[in-house]
Amino acid sequence: MKIHEFQAKQLLAKFNITVPNGVEVTDVADVRRVYDELEGDIVVVKAQIHAGGRGKGGGVKVCKSADEAVAAAEAILGMQLVTHQTGPEGQKVRRLWLEEGTNIDKEYYAGVTIDRKRRMPVLMCSTEGGMDIEEVAEKTPEKIHTATFGPDGLDGVTANQLVLDLRVHPELQSDFLDIIQRLTKAFLALDCDMVEINPLATSHELDVIALDAKMSFDSNAMFRHPELEELRDVNEEDPRELEAAGHGLSYISLDGSIGCMVNGAGLAMATMDVIKLHGAEPANFLDVGGGATKETVAKAFALVLSDPKVKGVLVNIFGGIMKCDVIAAGVIAAVAEIELNVPLVVRLEGTNVEIGKKMLEESGLPIITASDLDEAAMKITEAIKTEAV
Amino acid sequence: MSIWVGSETKLMCQGFTGKTGSFHSEQAMEYGTKLVAGVTPKKGGTEHLGVPVYNTVAEAREATGANASVIYVPPPFAAAAIIEAIEAEVEQIVAITEGVPVIDMANVVAALAGSKSRLLGPNCPGIITPGECKIGIMPGYIHKPGRVAVISRSGTLTYEAVWQLTVRGIGQSTCVGIGGDPINGTNFIDCLEAFNADDATDAIVMIGEIGGTAEEEAAEYIAANIKKPVVSFIAGVTAPPGRRMGHAGAIISGGKGTAADKIAALEKAGVAVTQTPSKMGELMEQRLAETGLLETCKG
Repeated sequence: MKIHEFQAKQLLAKFNITVPNGVEVTDVADVRRVYDELEGDIVVVKAQIHAGGRGKGGGVKVCKSADEAVAAAEAILGMQLVTHQTGPEGQKVRRLWLEEGTNIDKEYYAGVTIDRKRRMPVLMCSTEGGMDIEEVAEKTPEKIHTATFGPDGLDGVTANQLVLDLRVHPELQSDFLDIIQRLTKAFLALDCDMVEINPLATSHELDVIALDAKMSFDSNAMFRHPELEELRDVNEEDPRELEAAGHGLSYISLDGSIGCMVNGAGLAMATMDVIKLHGAEPANFLDVGGGATKETVAKAFALVLSDPKVKGVLVNIFGGIMKCDVIAAGVIAAVAEIELNVPLVVRLEGTNVEIGKKMLEESGLPIITASDLDEAAMKITEAIKTEAV
Repeated sequence: MSIWVGSETKLMCQGFTGKTGSFHSEQAMEYGTKLVAGVTPKKGGTEHLGVPVYNTVAEAREATGANASVIYVPPPFAAAAIIEAIEAEVEQIVAITEGVPVIDMANVVAALAGSKSRLLGPNCPGIITPGECKIGIMPGYIHKPGRVAVISRSGTLTYEAVWQLTVRGIGQSTCVGIGGDPINGTNFIDCLEAFNADDATDAIVMIGEIGGTAEEEAAEYIAANIKKPVVSFIAGVTAPPGRRMGHAGAIISGGKGTAADKIAALEKAGVAVTQTPSKMGELMEQRLAETGLLETCKG
């Protein structure tokens, strides 16, 4: 689960990481008052969306007066902000974060994630803060310093070595060390899957300040953090994906016309691959998982059909923990409620396959059956072509 | 001899009396797996499905000599269950549970270091040596004893590969699902190493998917060490790049992890990669014919 920059900053502040003072704004009418409340003449107006690269896309403006701040807010609020992480359609800006400007001396990068190879959390730091850090990592990997850490967070000795490697100003070394250690503690305590401060700035006043913050959480650990659930911004999420998540389903909207319902992420991706090889495009990725009930399967099926782009549906199930009869019951229940007016191809194999097949057969539904993946993909692509004619 | 589990395996089940544990334990026993004990706290001393239940893994091991454990414990308690099995020195642990927090798994991996246990999973279908021992949630009937190994990150895609082999008359030595989570107990290389050394395995199907760099590392290992034919499929060639927020994940993987990168790395290592998941069995049959192994592997 992703959250906004300002929410991440508020969380980091609780771990004693210094962030600039700021105020969330959703109405341009509040900008002048907020500008006056904040200290200093310089205020930064920042679009709050769940994507990076906002500065380059025109979503961040440094303002030297109240008038400038109002103009910036008017331009940004409501805009469709396109960055390299939003996709070409962009993301609508519904909130702003106004914060006090910082007298920046140097900019660093600090990020924490899971290192799959070393199978531990890892802290990454660089002197090349504020830059396109992915490019830094690719072209000059020696400028990225990394350190893995255990359940107690980054230890003092390793943290100290990192600070020395980064050649942090001698007077700031102790503060910098504290902040990177706190960052690793925040990562663990909040069950993040990613937290990133870019830039982590040192100021001429000798402060170490998080000028930006990105944070996302391990969805598997949300049961430990009911308080974080309140930070979810549903406006930033696809409504179908959100509904799916509410039913424990994994759904991603795509651009094609073939709706898919599959069990297992790997098989779901493979099914999409086969559809594409047969010349059609999937309308969605949908993994019903292993623990779905008849009701969840019915919801999943209804969700696929609710997408107006869907011209045909392919159900591909290889039952293991998921039983074929549960899938069959769910499909039958869903079709009893909503009219099925597009072709449906079903391929069932695995646990309780005979029961599942029999149920579908006896339901009298106009189901096209397939015995393997290739045949299923071929039949659905054929069927939508025939429908089109 | 196949790898890690076989007719000599004595299995216990943690989370035995729950709905999932019960269903799959019954299926495993029906398949012929020697399920000797169940573990559910506070239910020790009772019997379930005709098998004795113990309060702790240590008690179950002591009483029955079980050398493997399968875990169906719900996510909030799964890591503690794995660590309990590690501390009781169970040799082969198989964690089926889906949805274990990744930080918990980092702690489990720390507990595994220097221990006597091997962990498969979590979020995996399990491991099966056809005709001998089935541990996990895979449907038993799709398998056939034989000489081709299957390794996969994805559960249902493993079944797909196994089924394609079986319908062609090509049996399997051992099929291993390593699980799709960011941190797991056993990786591709661990499996490749074991299958390479296994006299009962002539060829290997390896199924990967986008994300991480495990397939690239496996490709390096194959190039350097493996002479047996390897056939592969990578899921997610057509998956759109997901909306991302930060860069931390991309930095640590060094810009790798796309399906194209993985396929290129595997092909460079001499692996035959199929573009479509429906041709995994066919491609293996072809490779076996080319290497003169088809006759021993079929039938």
